[in-house]
Amino acid sequence: MNAGLAKRVEAIIVEQLGVTPEEVVPEASFIDDLGADSLDIVELVMAMEEEFDIEIPDEHADRLQTIGSAVEYLKERLEA
Amino acid sequence: MQARAGAQRDEADSDACEIVVTGLGCVSPLGTSAEATWAAIVAGRCGITALPDEFDARLSVRIAGRVTGELNPGTVEHKELRRLDRAILLALCAAREALEDAQLAGAVGHAVDRDRIGVAIGSGIGGIHTIIQNDRVYMERGPSRVSPFFIPMTLANMAAGIVAIHHGLRGPNLCHVTACASGAHAIGESMRLLRAGAADAMVVGATEAAVVDLVIAGFANMQALSKRNDAPERASRPFDLDRDGFVLSEGAAVLVLERADHARARGVKVRAKLLGYGASSDAAHMVAPDASSGGALRCMRAALADAGLAPTDVDYVNAHATSTPAGDAVEAQALREAFGAHTDRLAVSSTKGATGHLLGAAGALEALLSVRTLETGMLPPTLNLDRPDPSFSLDHVANKARSARARVVLSNSFGFGGVNAALIFGSAD
Repeated sequence: MNAGLAKRVEAIIVEQLGVTPEEVVPEASFIDDLGADSLDIVELVMAMEEEFDIEIPDEHADRLQTIGSAVEYLKERLEA
Repeated sequence: MQARAGAQRDEADSDACEIVVTGLGCVSPLGTSAEATWAAIVAGRCGITALPDEFDARLSVRIAGRVTGELNPGTVEHKELRRLDRAILLALCAAREALEDAQLAGAVGHAVDRDRIGVAIGSGIGGIHTIIQNDRVYMERGPSRVSPFFIPMTLANMAAGIVAIHHGLRGPNLCHVTACASGAHAIGESMRLLRAGAADAMVVGATEAAVVDLVIAGFANMQALSKRNDAPERASRPFDLDRDGFVLSEGAAVLVLERADHARARGVKVRAKLLGYGASSDAAHMVAPDASSGGALRCMRAALADAGLAPTDVDYVNAHATSTPAGDAVEAQALREAFGAHTDRLAVSSTKGATGHLLGAAGALEALLSVRTLETGMLPPTLNLDRPDPSFSLDHVANKARSARARVVLSNSFGFGGVNAALIFGSAD
């Protein structure tokens, strides 16, 4: 489940941010390491909402700083 | 050429005020470079084709001029490429080619002050693909799914903005939105900026990517489009007796304009001179051309005065003529009034027979073709001019390119809103 989730998140990030799969490591920060700007983050969050069929409220968006934190967050949401 | 009376500038002054063309680039229904497009036009090829199946089957008009070749916008990151409206993408391709041609691309070559290089890329309609896509998303999936890039990618001036970002051009950044005269206005108004010393070079032109169901339906319902669906290549026929409307096309064209002293200091090749520009308004009707032809006449006269030329100095006119019954007639009449007896010796053609009508980008593409006309000594033909309308008495370059040395070329652009612009180009030597 976790590995499957991580794979799906990786695919989204590679597509949305135009990075290579090798760059998608848990500690990578979307903004500092993967070159995302604030609009990229909005688009990324929308893509995750679509992929996992959930709503991510604006106040949760600051939990999505790194790939690892995003995967953790999604895991919590999907198990809830 | 006759010198303008009283214009006795000293040599250095006239060199500084002289504006030259040092770069050309385009993507059009005839090809994805200036050379490919020009070669196709001289060869008499037509870029109009039937619409593919993804267009709405209910459309009454089923032909258009689409850019189908491989696009080269330069180095664009994957994530950016995915978001660019097509109008911006086409502009990036044309600008890349023009800047490479002028030896101003990227880090290549000369030490130029990029604070002094501006961009003016117009568009008649702007990012209509993006508007339609996001409206569809909104209707089907709600407001929360509208792209955060919807607004920036829709703006008509974003093509100029993104060209500036990609090439580090930090001078004036403008977008002229004047329907089918956008490209000509961008070029003419930029010439004035250069003459006034507001920049050393301007990357100028226009882009249009509006071959979409909604726009086709809108123009079709105005009765503006040719309905010759069974013969796409025969549909755009400016000045022909059987013309029945224009053909909608897409594309982008960009020129690099430069003060002559700046071009000389860089040692870059001068392709042509931009000698004059005139603009006017019909102030008559929202979309119908002024039947008195006064607006078209005034912009041609203003351009001649600006260039310090007499009507007899002009060798060839690249007409706006779009293949509509009313528009072509008004332009033919205006040409006769502007050029008088010289009209009999004045070669005229409309390249829209081959390209269709690129709307806002038409004037930019035709400016590019005017430069190639001066450089090559070939006058491009009006395609499908099988039965010239007998009510026009013009020296048509019909169907086949004509070999003739042209030293001065005038290019007309007219648009909805009653806007008119004329540009005059001269050979480099």
